Amino acid sequence: MEFLQPTTWAEALEARAAHPDAVPICGGTDVMVGINFGHLRPAQLLDLTRVADLREWTTEEHAVRLGAGVSYARVITELGDRLPGLAMAARTIGSPQIRNRGTVGGNLATASPAGDAHPALLAADAVVEVASVRGSRRIPVTDFYTGPKRNAMDADELVAAVHITPPSGPQQYSKIGTRNAMVIAVAAFGLALHPDRRTVGTGIGSAAPTPRRAPAAEEFLAGELDAAGLWESRAELPAGLAARFGELVAGSAAPIDDVRGTAGYRLHALSVMARRTLTWAWAEHRTASGNDSAKEV
Amino acid sequence: MRLTCTVNGTEQQVDDVWEGESLLYVLRERMGLPGSKNACEQGECGSCTVYLDGLPVCACLVAAGQAEGREVGTVEALADADALHPVQQAFVDAGAVQCGFCTPGLLVATHDLITRHGRPSDAETREALAGNLCRCTGYEKILDAVRLAADRMAGTAAGAGTEAGGDR
Repeated sequence: MEFLQPTTWAEALEARAAHPDAVPICGGTDVMVGINFGHLRPAQLLDLTRVADLREWTTEEHAVRLGAGVSYARVITELGDRLPGLAMAARTIGSPQIRNRGTVGGNLATASPAGDAHPALLAADAVVEVASVRGSRRIPVTDFYTGPKRNAMDADELVAAVHITPPSGPQQYSKIGTRNAMVIAVAAFGLALHPDRRTVGTGIGSAAPTPRRAPAAEEFLAGELDAAGLWESRAELPAGLAARFGELVAGSAAPIDDVRGTAGYRLHALSVMARRTLTWAWAEHRTASGNDSAKEV
Repeated sequence: MRLTCTVNGTEQQVDDVWEGESLLYVLRERMGLPGSKNACEQGECGSCTVYLDGLPVCACLVAAGQAEGREVGTVEALADADALHPVQQAFVDAGAVQCGFCTPGLLVATHDLITRHGRPSDAETREALAGNLCRCTGYEKILDAVRLAADRMAGTAAGAGTEAGGDR
């Protein structure tokens, strides 16, 4: 095995181009498990932890450009206010030791259907920036996941960053596991309300071959909020609306039975998580309204 | 490959490190530091917790080469020559050690928690130690030890400026 240790982004891309079968490693929370158990024996490990650019986040055109190597611990402490949905997802990941190492870039590159960041990224309309020696390109996260542990990157590409616009409305995240820490999600759900665009964002985790959105649920909820003037009035949600939203979210999932749970349980859990996250997010939207009217008075 | 890094304040160099090897293997098998324990090898149990550039991590998930030039701190460096660290003494006094296998990882995680939080709430402690599994104690004695260590360390810090002179 060869250990490639580029210190600049340009060197990293050259190494990737020269060794398309190399396994990139950052936090190592997936890769090292594979190596420790003998499941993974790549000819080259491409260590990205020396590339300083990857560990930075900046603000570009109102969006946060989150370097692929920023740890979950830093997403929580440095970006919890700007990216609340992603920070909520990050808080559910592993343990402090894992959050100190694991990265959003690694989650994207691995593209596991159970990756914790994905539902939050989907709900927030994130855009993935990938790069190679040929140049860089941006892929909407909705188009990024192409199959179980497969993504839209070419063999010579690496994840450079993910672009996420701070929200105009509340975001929520919910995850089911056998306990709070150190679990792979049985099912997860991310929700974002976008009052500026009058749209709704969703993300389903661990309940389909890839992380995916629930388009029917998004359209239904945005339509109902529009028709009843609720975006502006911020009145209580009509009875049954959140439950119907939950049913439609579950309708977009395609789970399987596996060691972590049955398909039936996952569908039920998703409908409950979608109903609850909407209830929480709407309560936050209404509180924001209270503050506004107080100011106007 | 050759690996050079600082471990517990001393520069260490080892040769013939396999590129897929973990930092945990290097510490235990090549540097003679068996305090960090090898159990799950998948980051689940926390018994191999060490400091890497000041942050607690699972040494089993760090590729050896990733530690090149970095600072590693292990449980071996907590005690000084004469006395246990207050965190270690609290684990002894509170009966938070049974088989002892999880203890090194819990000591490092607890040391980090108290260093950052001073006197953590029980909720903060549960969250901070969520990545360290113990199959003997049921965790109650561990929570006792964390409270005891935090109280003693806070007392020492406060005492330095106030009571210490008068009492002695």
